[in-house]
Amino acid sequence: MKFRSILPALGALALGLAAFEPALAQDAAAAPTVNKGDTAWMLISAILVILMTIPGLALFYGGLVRTKNMLSVLMQVFAVFSLVSILWVFYGYSLAFTSGGEGALGAVIGGFSKAFLAGVTADSTADTFTSGVAIPEFAFLSFQLTFACITPALIVGAFAERIKFSAVMLFTALWVTFVYFPIAHMVWFSEGYLFGLGALDFAGGTVVHINSGVAGLVGALMIGKRIGYGRDLMAPHSLTLTFVGACMLWIGWFGFNAGSNLEATGGAALALLNTIVAPAAAGLSWMVVEAMGKGKASLLGIASGAVAGLVAITPAAGLAGPMGSIVLGLVAGAVCYFAVTAVKNALGYDDALDVFGIHGVGGIVGAIGTGIVAAPSLGGTGAADYSIGGQVWIQIVAVVITLAWTGIGSVILFKITGMITGLRVTPDQEREGLDLADHGERAYNY
Amino acid sequence: MKIVMAVIKPFKLEEVRDALTALGVHGLTVTEVKGYGRQKGHTEIYRGAEYAVSFLPKLKIEVAVPSDLVSQVIDAITAAARTGQIGDGKIFVTSLEKAVRIRTGETDSDAL
Repeated sequence: MKFRSILPALGALALGLAAFEPALAQDAAAAPTVNKGDTAWMLISAILVILMTIPGLALFYGGLVRTKNMLSVLMQVFAVFSLVSILWVFYGYSLAFTSGGEGALGAVIGGFSKAFLAGVTADSTADTFTSGVAIPEFAFLSFQLTFACITPALIVGAFAERIKFSAVMLFTALWVTFVYFPIAHMVWFSEGYLFGLGALDFAGGTVVHINSGVAGLVGALMIGKRIGYGRDLMAPHSLTLTFVGACMLWIGWFGFNAGSNLEATGGAALALLNTIVAPAAAGLSWMVVEAMGKGKASLLGIASGAVAGLVAITPAAGLAGPMGSIVLGLVAGAVCYFAVTAVKNALGYDDALDVFGIHGVGGIVGAIGTGIVAAPSLGGTGAADYSIGGQVWIQIVAVVITLAWTGIGSVILFKITGMITGLRVTPDQEREGLDLADHGERAYNY
Repeated sequence: MKIVMAVIKPFKLEEVRDALTALGVHGLTVTEVKGYGRQKGHTEIYRGAEYAVSFLPKLKIEVAVPSDLVSQVIDAITAAARTGQIGDGKIFVTSLEKAVRIRTGETDSDAL
């Protein structure tokens, strides 16, 4: 996505002067062609990312909580998906993928020129990586919609089992508006600040994973530990469902990563292969480290490792070679294992489903690692004059800016949410379980 | 009349039932329970979280028998449920004041 820019953002349309046929702005050069194969691939990719979220992520998370909170997690993911998809077409797409004008503001956030999808028609197009090749703008914005939806849905794992449902909804609306849309704009839009720096983020390592991971950590710290954390048995209620969810995540991730190529080309095939081998390596890496440390290789371990590998390969999916991807996966599996075991226990925060340990830490490993594995000397697709040191520095800058933006933004937004709805259910409700307390139903009635 | 209550290893249920049936005991109640005695539990690890699981799953069987049958019932259960390993369970016997068969209204030994 690094080289993406959106035709309608250019020229007169961005100024609101011509709300039709965005291609006209450039057709003096060459009218972009829309390829049916590309279009089909983008539509399928969007659907795959939806599968990844509902039910994939919902089941992955749901299996990890206790029986009494199963529905609350499924419900939160489903409701977040629904809410953000509406906000995206109302104003999210416009804020992320239109020009916000000259200067600092435009580098951080877009404008409202496409609010309510003004001017977007079945004939309008969005650029791909190849000059002169475009995809339907509806396909592009639907694909991007799924990214906006899954990112806040990832966060709910951090404060699962004790947050109020109303707080999830309000926080999600605020967070996508003030954190996600600006970061997506900064990283993926041609006038965005991080895009301008040359930061590499093929499919959303910073925008999706670091972003959600850090917001999750902030949430876990501000909402506090679950009652009985560290004392009561909080074992996952169904690792079977977690397994099903993890597999759906993996499958859906092909849309996420290979779809981010925007064209059905060899680049998409490379991203697809990387999305197979990196998580495979990461799952094995986690498994081996765990077996050496704890004596047994667990299913939850290999599944968690694979997800960590998927996270880590996300920013590098179309930029690394397969061998580089395997190395990235091996590193991510081991590092994330230590993050969710040693680091979390040492610091004592209750990130219930390890959103930070896997998405935050894996995202940082991937974002910085992308600067290394994209090098042509290591089998990556970087240009001949690629500088590993220089690129790694840019990647670190991008990571730090993302950390700061989402860290500070999330603190403020959790404060606001806490003042309006309160963040936490009462202790009695928490003991009873969120399914009954918040939703008035049970997951299992035997 | 007595109630013989035994806590046994779950996989021993069929053998115990067969042994009791052979004695002419028809009908017993089984409950899935958890508990601990001398048998050690195990450790479960989910990512970084380690849980010592000390309550192990067992089956509790309860059977009401005439007093003169108690020692045979105890012997039968002991023989059938025994593996020789720690965790085979325990048998408790208590007195039973009254028994009623709901369908017919029969009482005490007629109801067993």
